[in-house]
Amino acid sequence: MSAAPQVRFYQVGSFAAGNRLLGPELQSDQADPARANALTCGHRACQGCGEALGARYILDAAQRAAGGKVIAVNATGCLEVFSTPYPETSWQLPWLHSLFGNAPAVAAGVAAALRAKGRTDIRVVGQGGDGGTVDIGLGCLSGMFERNDDILYVCYDNEAYMNTGVQRSGATPPAARTATTQAVGEEPGAPFGQGKNLPLIAMAHEIPYVATATVAGLRDLEAKVHRAMGIRGARYLHVLVPCPLGWGTASHDTVRIARLAEQTGLFPVFEAVDGEVTDVTPIRRRVPVEEYLRPQKRYAHLFKPEVRADVIAHLQRTADRNIARFGLLAEEAVP
Amino acid sequence: MLKQTEGSRAVAETVAYCRPEVIAAYPISPQTHIVEELSRLVKSGALKPCEYVNVESEFAAMSMCIGASAAGARAYTATASQGLLYMVEALYNASGLGLPIVMTVANRAIGAPINIWNDHSDSMSQRDSGWIQLYARDNQEAADLHPQAFKLAEELSLPVMVCMDGFVLTHAWERIEVPEQAQVDAFLPPYEPRQVLDPNEPVSIGAMVGPEAFTEVRYLAHAKQMQALDAIPRIAGEFRQVFGRDSGGLLHPYRCEFADTIVVALGSVFGTVCDVVDEMRDRGVRIGALAITSFRPFPLDAVRTVLGGARQVVVLERALAVGVGGIVSANVRTALSGIHLDGHTVIAGLGGRPITKESLHRLFDDAVAGRLEQLTFLDLNTELVERELARMAQTRRSGPSAENILRDVGSNR
Repeated sequence: MSAAPQVRFYQVGSFAAGNRLLGPELQSDQADPARANALTCGHRACQGCGEALGARYILDAAQRAAGGKVIAVNATGCLEVFSTPYPETSWQLPWLHSLFGNAPAVAAGVAAALRAKGRTDIRVVGQGGDGGTVDIGLGCLSGMFERNDDILYVCYDNEAYMNTGVQRSGATPPAARTATTQAVGEEPGAPFGQGKNLPLIAMAHEIPYVATATVAGLRDLEAKVHRAMGIRGARYLHVLVPCPLGWGTASHDTVRIARLAEQTGLFPVFEAVDGEVTDVTPIRRRVPVEEYLRPQKRYAHLFKPEVRADVIAHLQRTADRNIARFGLLAEEAVP
Repeated sequence: MLKQTEGSRAVAETVAYCRPEVIAAYPISPQTHIVEELSRLVKSGALKPCEYVNVESEFAAMSMCIGASAAGARAYTATASQGLLYMVEALYNASGLGLPIVMTVANRAIGAPINIWNDHSDSMSQRDSGWIQLYARDNQEAADLHPQAFKLAEELSLPVMVCMDGFVLTHAWERIEVPEQAQVDAFLPPYEPRQVLDPNEPVSIGAMVGPEAFTEVRYLAHAKQMQALDAIPRIAGEFRQVFGRDSGGLLHPYRCEFADTIVVALGSVFGTVCDVVDEMRDRGVRIGALAITSFRPFPLDAVRTVLGGARQVVVLERALAVGVGGIVSANVRTALSGIHLDGHTVIAGLGGRPITKESLHRLFDDAVAGRLEQLTFLDLNTELVERELARMAQTRRSGPSAENILRDVGSNR
């Protein structure tokens, strides 16, 4: 393996993720000076990119869980573009990009080759954004689930096609403004529809492991990757990764916004095994959706020229439904 | 071993002897018998180690081959027609990434209208995809081209398409010398990838390339494919040494010496063409035939050498370039640039219409007598198309309503 660049540490002695003063069993993978550093710094992601943050944690954790033996397959999208502008690459692990809609099938091909060669020690991680996963790649992903291919597939959900300039995807929430769901007309932003909930679709395939996470819970994210890597077969991880550019949020607010998505109930964080929900991350401080919507320019039209209480209430009902459906409210939660 | 068998089965057995490690399978007629037989061979343990994966689409089949090949496995799939078109995005990707995937195309027409029978519309549509394309004249060659295709693909790190006519070859039972494992092993060594996804030596494959280097990448792809013009005849020679028969190569001239008229064709129709050439030669007509086996890369110099001395050339096309006529003809013309001779394009056998000796006799007689037009549709039902053209001229059409009104009142000519 080529020598990984020395990891620099900026934080010591806080209680934040990555605390090196904790015992080794409580330390995060990122606190490990020998961590894989799968995605090196110096890539061209925007400031505050949730996807870059998530990818670094996920692949480092996957590499740690697999003893460094991971092959990553990437769909076309921000993550691919910002990490590999020829002749540069930010990847310290074997990495393959083919097309936008085929990452699950390419990953399945890699897994099949490894099986044929008897290399059970090398593990495969497929990854893509919500466009590549929820929309164009869904057929290939469903095939990967159906065959129970031994792959951890990660969807970095930033709720739109960010790479092409913020157009609506199947994961764009109702009322959100994108370049193709403009904030004009009687019902501005993305229309309210049936939605496309890929974690639930993945669960319907009854694959061994499905989980959701956000970049606000990085320890939780690492733990889920470790759990997923301990399982053979098709695994699906759906990670909410706020996009400062597309969402119109401050670069330093990425983690806070992701946490608000969790705390409102708009993004339920849970785990499911063989199609059944087995664990949820409870909401300890419940937050009205308005607090989540207000800092985001993609929802600005809900607050001026006049406040669209009707739309906000509709979104609140969605959050409430998630909270009831997944039992998200902790007993000691502040209502 | 010489046996009476089906073309698809001979191909499947030969492919199995090539020891592919990953086979992606998705059914489409007339390719199905190939993957069916491979499924049996893998399941029965005759071919191992091999991962036989049933996928959800042709797009996934080619994508899976891309992943498998990049991970260092010998990868194979087969398809036809709409299936080939459905995997087009991945086809360009496989060649762009330089992955030595081998695929059988059981040639079939493309809809609409839907038609499952043979012509070359599918593979011809992929002439610029960066894949090497080899066309089999008969089932013996269809089987024999596969070990050669793997060898060629792996030497050049380029994907290779072996094209065999759907039904006409795939479903035909005949005497075929199916290669044996020891022979194939002697001819085709295990695959050593040029570059592989390996955690011990990580590489990034498939990076984004901007305008500053993209032209160079494409140039190199072209230069690499041109190397196949040397590799294909050499590999055919190596094949002859091990198997003792002529198969593959760039092209096959037949009775072209002192020929005034030479008929160019690809695939299974060549046998019929040769029969007609024989019969016309018996009548003293100076006619010959040329089969092009390697359509991509197109052997410009070799074609020029064979055709250069003729008076006229007739290109028998099994596909139609709508709006211009012939696909192969355009390449033949490039080969003959600077040489003055009459060129004729004949569109024949679309959607499985039989190309009979009788029709070919008539066609070639017309050519020899100087009566052949530049573009001919063989056996076209002219009565039907003229009636339909007339009917279309009469019916209301889409467009500005004023034009329809004017025509209805008879003042628009």
